Amino acid sequence: MYNISLNKIRKTYGDLTILHSVEMEITEGEFVVILGSSGCGKSTLLNIVAGLDTCDSGQILIGDKDVTDLEPSDRDLSMVFQSYALFPSMTVRRNLSFGMEVARVPKAEREAKVAKVAQLLQIDALLDRKPSQLSGGQRQRVAIGRALVRSTGVCLFDEPLSNLDAKLRTETRVELKKLHNDLGFTMLYVTHDQVEAMTMADRVAVMNKGRVEQFAPPQEIYEKPANLFVASFVGSPEINQIAGHLSGNGSLDIGKTHIDLSGYAFENGTRPAQDAILAVRCEDIKIVPPAAGHITAQLDFVELLGADALAWVLYHGKRLSVRMGVDQARALESEVGLQFDLTKASVFCTKDGHRL
Amino acid sequence: MSSPANAAAMPRVAVVGMYAFLIVSALFFLAPFLVILINSVKPMADIRSGNLLTLPSEITFEPWRIAWSSACTGLDCSGIKPGLWNSILITVPAVVISVLTGALNGYALAQWRSRFADWLMLFILIGLFVPYQAMLYPTVKILSGMGIFRSYTGIIFVHVVYGLPYTTLLFRNFYVGVPDEISRAARMEGASFLRTFWSVILPISTNIIVVVAILQFTGIWNDYLLGLIFAGNDNLPMTVQLTNIVNNSRGAAEPNVNMAAALLAAIPTLIVYFVSGRYFVRGIATGAVKG
Ligand SMILES: Nc1ncnc2c1ncn2[C@@H]1O[C@H](COP(=O)(O)OP(=O)(O)OP(=O)(O)O)[C@@H](O)[C@H]1O
Ligand SMILES: [Mg+2]
Repeated sequence: MYNISLNKIRKTYGDLTILHSVEMEITEGEFVVILGSSGCGKSTLLNIVAGLDTCDSGQILIGDKDVTDLEPSDRDLSMVFQSYALFPSMTVRRNLSFGMEVARVPKAEREAKVAKVAQLLQIDALLDRKPSQLSGGQRQRVAIGRALVRSTGVCLFDEPLSNLDAKLRTETRVELKKLHNDLGFTMLYVTHDQVEAMTMADRVAVMNKGRVEQFAPPQEIYEKPANLFVASFVGSPEINQIAGHLSGNGSLDIGKTHIDLSGYAFENGTRPAQDAILAVRCEDIKIVPPAAGHITAQLDFVELLGADALAWVLYHGKRLSVRMGVDQARALESEVGLQFDLTKASVFCTKDGHRL
Repeated sequence: MSSPANAAAMPRVAVVGMYAFLIVSALFFLAPFLVILINSVKPMADIRSGNLLTLPSEITFEPWRIAWSSACTGLDCSGIKPGLWNSILITVPAVVISVLTGALNGYALAQWRSRFADWLMLFILIGLFVPYQAMLYPTVKILSGMGIFRSYTGIIFVHVVYGLPYTTLLFRNFYVGVPDEISRAARMEGASFLRTFWSVILPISTNIIVVVAILQFTGIWNDYLLGLIFAGNDNLPMTVQLTNIVNNSRGAAEPNVNMAAALLAAIPTLIVYFVSGRYFVRGIATGAVKG
């Protein structure tokens, strides 16, 4: 009923292509996060779905109804904006009921709905205040309330938490996720914050320069990135990358070192000889005595992070990070061997970055 | 912003200097007004004896009474009184209409993001730089064609149209500062352009409305030229009747009556400034919406 299909959405400004043929299938009740760096076209895509912006070509279906040429209010969806965008002259109550007023919903029904949402979001006590008399967090709640009160099943969010402080952001994140579980709405959520994407999403669409690079559950995005961009964009610290040459016998040659990749599951079993990049997360590397691991590197410095520690080592002038316990980090020698967990590593084609 | 409230933080010399400057400027601008005020309550005898700058030998409000109700404007000798009503009838609707149209224009232009909109704004701005005198004759022709030349509708129409470039510019610059997301949110809620303008945008425009209304009020109230040409004999504003009193060739010149009449004509604008001056300053000093 409220599934969303995006079919080859294209958007250009002059000769600048902002969206290249974006395709996405969102099932009903799903929480989808669009993750990408600033300027990659996330807001543009969301605005096109909302109907606030037009696309050059392509088709948008909501609940199997073609809404490509419909006004936003005819698309059965609501939206929460980054700056909240409450109507400054209206009380919270009128902010919530304005849309229904426009739609000529009877007064009694309006009041009932407002009361219900206000209770859900715990903003009952604020109903007679103006937006200027609210804190940022309260404004955000009202903005979410305004979206929910009219909502029939699809909610769009454009970086709704980015103006909140860290603590409030964490709280609201949890609450939004809970709200989603309770209401079962289809939610499309734009952010550049990976933590939000990882924690809230059922599926994440990673965007880069107007393209969806990968659309998958968050854990899969993290563990099996579809290409080098996704691998390096997601995860902190950035994934370790070691460039080498993939030889026909299934080993990665880095200068004189050969890393045996027989433990690695290649995408479709084949591995033609080519230049390739081995990418390993910091927690998938083990410190072993020098010469006992896949490679040997020099310790650069150690960061103690409280719960655990990051050791930064230098390998052929490149800095790699290794996560480990604090005690182990304190006892590190200046030369260390690194053992990669190849079942969790990724190998990418150097030429176009796709996963091998 | 610095204000006299911060005076405590300034060095003493600077404070003295600042007040000296403010007092001198105030005197400079008030002096002509004081001369007019003093002479408007002088008996004619004082004035005939010569010096306009001396204080009156006795204070009389007779010149004010004459100016108000019995001075002659041409053949008609009922003072400036009928002009007051005419001026109100012209100014109030003209101000209301030009504020509303300016706001609507300004909002539309601020919303409309295209090169064409920028060109249109530039065109409207050119209207600010063309002197009225150059537009008079074409305007007369146009209004005659429309059949509203020298009529009540005509004078209001002219004031609204001549004021549009200015009001549009002021409102547009204000609305460019209003976050676009507010209009988008209203659109998501299903509100049309006009509904958004009326229910969401106008209520947050109080400051700029006050500024534009005051500027338009002063401009239209003090207008002489357009009133003379376009209003028609039945709707002549106060300013036109004032000049008629001053220029009346019948009988001897009566400067005290003239000055009283001038003050009478100026009172409404003074009242407007005194009543709304606070909002005016606030409107000019603050930009768009907060919160
Ligand atoms: N009206 C416009 N004319 C030309 N280019 C535009 C216009 N609007 C957006 N763009 C460009 O489109 C690109 C994508 O913009 P968009 O707002 O979608 O980015 P975003 O991913 O939401 O970034 P952010 O995280 O900073 O909000 C940007 O490079 C921007 O410069
Ligand atoms: Mg954005």
